[in-house]
This record gives sequence, C-alpha cells and structure tokens, in this order.
Amino acid sequence: MNTLAIHAPVLLVAVPLLGAFATPLVGKLGQRARNVFVGLIVAVTAALAGLLAADFFAGTGAPSVYVMGGQGWSIPLPSGMAVPIRILFEVDGMSAFMTLITALVTLAGAYFSFSYWRERSGGNMYFSLLLLLTAGIFGMELTGDMFNFFVFLEITSIAACGLIGFRVWLKRSQEAGFKVMTLYTLSGLFVLLAVALLYGQHGALNMGYIASQIGTLGVTLIDKIALGLLLTGLAMKAGAVPLHMWAPDAYGEAPAPTSAVLVANSQASLYGLFRVLFTLFGIGTSLSTNGWILIVFAVLTIFVGVTLALVQSDIKRLIAYGAVSQIGYMLLGVGVGLVRRASLVAGGASLGAQADALDYGFVAMQGGIFHMLNDAACIGLLFLAAGAVTRASGTRNLEKMGGLAHRMKWTSVFFIIGAFALAGVPPFNGFASKLLIYEASFKLSPFLSVIAILSSIMLLAVFVKAFQGAFMGTMRGLDSVEEAPFGMLLPMAVLALVVIAFGLFPGFFVDHIVTPAAKALWYGRDAYIGAILGGG
Amino acid sequence: MNVGNFPFVIAALLVAFGLYALLFKRNLIKMVIGVSLVETGVNLFLVMLGYRAGGEAPIYTFANAGQKMVLPTPQALTLTSIVIGLATTALLLSFAVFVHRHYGTLDVRKIKELRG
Repeated sequence: MNTLAIHAPVLLVAVPLLGAFATPLVGKLGQRARNVFVGLIVAVTAALAGLLAADFFAGTGAPSVYVMGGQGWSIPLPSGMAVPIRILFEVDGMSAFMTLITALVTLAGAYFSFSYWRERSGGNMYFSLLLLLTAGIFGMELTGDMFNFFVFLEITSIAACGLIGFRVWLKRSQEAGFKVMTLYTLSGLFVLLAVALLYGQHGALNMGYIASQIGTLGVTLIDKIALGLLLTGLAMKAGAVPLHMWAPDAYGEAPAPTSAVLVANSQASLYGLFRVLFTLFGIGTSLSTNGWILIVFAVLTIFVGVTLALVQSDIKRLIAYGAVSQIGYMLLGVGVGLVRRASLVAGGASLGAQADALDYGFVAMQGGIFHMLNDAACIGLLFLAAGAVTRASGTRNLEKMGGLAHRMKWTSVFFIIGAFALAGVPPFNGFASKLLIYEASFKLSPFLSVIAILSSIMLLAVFVKAFQGAFMGTMRGLDSVEEAPFGMLLPMAVLALVVIAFGLFPGFFVDHIVTPAAKALWYGRDAYIGAILGGG
Repeated sequence: MNVGNFPFVIAALLVAFGLYALLFKRNLIKMVIGVSLVETGVNLFLVMLGYRAGGEAPIYTFANAGQKMVLPTPQALTLTSIVIGLATTALLLSFAVFVHRHYGTLDVRKIKELRG
C-alpha cells in the first residue's frame, strides 16, 4: 500500500476544501485561470477517489482506519482503560463505493459547468460552493465518528443551500433556498440530538465503539429514541416521502449541473441511514421492523414521486420528481434486504429459510446499492441534458419547447438514453439494478414489485411525454437554438457511456464493486468494530 | 446547588417550542426563530450531558485520581454546533430578506410559486 493511498481518505476531504476557499482568490486572475484551477482540483479529487476505491477493492476487504494526528485511536491511560477519542475516518466497501459515485457525479457536473457558466455571473461563488459541497459529501461517506458525520452533514447543507440560492436575483431560488435550508437544518438538529443521546448513553462518539457498546449492553430506550431521530433526520435529508417537500425545489431551482451533485448529497444521507441501521445498531434492534419502516418509506417515495412527476410542465422539476422516486428504489432494495437479514438472525430458522434469506436478501441489497450508482449516472445525465436544453432555449417550460431535436441532435440522444435508463428499459443500467430489486422484493411480497414495476412504467410514460414535448415535432419560435458546445457534450457523453457500460456488463460491476459494498453492510459489522477496537 | 433534571426539561421545552413555531407560524422570521430555539435546546442538552456538579475545568492530560471534572467533549461539540448554528441562521435570515424583496411579504401562505 503506497503512501498516497494511505492518506487518500483525508485528502479526499482536504483537497476540495482547500480548493473551495482558494477558488474566489484564483478567480481574481480571470475566468480561464479559475477554470483550470477548479478543473485540476476536481480531477485530483476524482483520481484520489479512484485510487482509494481501487486500493480497497483490490485488497482483502477489511476496513481501514485513518487516524488524524496520531498512530492509534486512543490515548492509553495509566489504568489501562482505552476509549476511542481521536478523530478518525474509516473506509469499508460501502464508503469506497460511495466515494466513486460522488467522484463520478462531481467530475461530470464540474466540467459541464465550465461551459454553462461562461456567459453568466457568479461563477466564482458557484465553483467555491460546489467544491465545498463535494468536500462535505466525501466527509460524510468516510468518517467513522458520529459528531463528524453531523458536521459534514451541515457543511453539505449550507453549501447546497448556497448553491440553490446564491443567485439572489431569481425569485424562485430564494423561496426554494429558504424552504430547503429550514428542512436541512431541522434534519441536522435531529441528527445532533441523536448524537447527544448516544454520547450520553455510551460516552463516546466513535461509530465502531458505540456499535460494540450496543452489541454488548443491548439496545436501551435511549438508543431506540436516537435511532428514531436518526431515521427521521436522515430520511428527511435523503428526500424520502413524506419528508420530500424540499427535494423537487432543491433539484429544480439549483443550477442544472449541481442538481446532480445534490442527488449525490441525498445519497450520502442514504448512506448514513444504511450505516446507522446496519453497522451502528445492527443485529441489536429488530431488523425486520427497521426493514419494514424502510419499505413503507420506499413504496410511498416511489409512488408519490412518479405520480407528481406526471403533472409537471417544468422540465427540471419533472426530472427532480423522477430523482425523488429513485431514492425509493434504493430504500426498497435495502429494506427488503434488512427484512431478509432479520429472518437469518432469528433463531430456529430452517435451513431453507436461511438459504432463501442469503439468496434474496443479499440480491435485494445488491440491487439497492447498485441502483445508487446507476441513479447517479442517469439522473446526472438527465439534469445535464436539461441544463443544455434550458440554456439553449431560454425556458424550462415544456409547453414552450418543441422540435429541439432538429438543432440539438446529441443532447436529445443523451436525454433519451438517460430517460430510458431511469425508467429501467433494457439494455441501460437502470434495468440491471431494478431487475435485482424486482426479483428480490417479489419473493418478499408481490405487491412491492408490482408497485415498483408499475411506477417504472409510469416514469417511462412521463419521460416519453417530456421528450416528445421538448425534442420532437416542429420548431416553435426557437430559431436561435444551437447545439450545446463541446464542453457540455463531453461530460454528457461520459455519463452516457457509463450508463450503457453498466447496462451491458452489469455482472462485472456487480461482482467487483457492488458486492463488496453490500457485503460491508450485510456481514461487515464485526469487521467495522474490530478495525477500531483491535479484534474486539 | 442541585438542580436535578430541571435543565433537561428546559431543553425539551425549548425544542418543543421551536418545533411549534416552525410548524404553526406563518411568518418566515418567526420560523427562523423556531429553528434557533430548537438549536438552543439541543445545545443546552449537550452542555448538560457533560456537567458534573462541583466539577473542575478539564485542562489536564492525566488527572489525579478522584478528581471531579466536567466532561470536555460536549463543550467542544456545543461550540462547534453554535458556530454551525450561526451560519445556518445567517443564511436563513438572508434568504428571508431576499424573499421579502421579491415577494413583498413574509407570509408563507403568499409565497407559493413552488407548489406541486
């Protein structure tokens, strides 16, 4: 293991953070210098994420711990007592997987933004906030400490709301900014209250240590209250129905390239939720109750998201509701996995039931986790295409567009690829992960997969209608429309390639990156604790 | 002086008042006050967690046996949380200012371009 790979976790946070605060200064040298600087920072960050993931997935799969400012995680007291006190990052399969998603989305979003902001003002603020948001998301995914998780959560909240609302001359962005910030703050405070309760109960903030305490002492009432608060807060930040009111506003009103990064932010909260459910509480709590809570959230999210997408006439808001519904599929996959895991834990399960749980529960987990990556790619593609369309036509209203495909051939191709992938049409990537989810949830209850499939079909209808309205037909008074510049087409092409590659070779990606991530949640609790407490 | 669980009750009340203001008040500024109240309640709770009656300031690397100290971690947490709270409140208030500039009102019932 080389030095760079060892330090990759902290550099993943430090590099974008440094970039965020240096961007306004470099921006004084002009737009070109700033773009080069931001491009460099984003490329370095993505390379670090790639290095971290490659290093991890090539290794043994054991979680690695990065301790800030020291060798060990504790200061041993003369009495021999050792409590983890240092700030540390802990990387396991799930964290490494999440950093890959974030790196992909940020890379595409940032490079797309260079062309997008060429004629607009506020670029320095924009890139500064974008890098800050990235740093926060990486922090959430890598930290092994509950309080740091809260701090990074708040960093993403503030940066995200800054991105939504920094164009103070836009009326709707201010309304969205206020609404989103209120709900983000509230969700952050729920998480903080839960952290305080856990600290009061266990006297530590380290996730691994708290997990081992919960494992040995059992789950107390305080722990359950903390779990409830964490579930509510993180589900709210992830945009799960019925706590989704902010999500369409956020995705819809943010500048198009960042809507994709905001989706990655929601996924980081989802990651936090899974980390809490699997690693922090794990087998101590009633897994099947937690699983069913996730499934209820999931079904509501899928259904309500798609239904509200049907009535939208604003292209970005339409995609935003599509994005909300996709969060539901991830919750469904992992929820089904959690319920199946419970039957594995419950004593006296027959061998057949155990094999079933291993089989379908784990497939559901793989589906849910794979869908995070797929959703990031295809939602990112759709938002970028929508950004290109609104930039060219000057409107977001689908009823005022028409016939754009005559002038914007590539953009329309990318849009339709993204739409098919999102709706789960083969051979695109959405199909690969949704099929796993359908299969596994059918085994639990056919009703679940009926809802999931039906909603996918409705989503297809929504996007076909949007495509028809915006790209097909005759040109309507938009004679000045031109194809998006190369700088915008390239990031879209990269995401489209990812979408197609994941769709054509799902087996390869599932085996090499999704399975380690799913295993980290499914089996990895003891390893996660052991990495901190040294075999404890 | 032993105050028992009284401060915890105050913290819970602050959170409850804050949530009430957030849910039932129609004025943006009052909603920001609600958010701040929740925040204050959580901060008070954090400080209370680390309090030991008659404890000293925790400025030792290795304390003497039997020495009673206030826990340092919740204090550090609270400081961080106060700083974050300042940032969020400032951001919320500035959004409220700009909303007022665009819509000419702070009444949430009249600010509804983003519905459905």
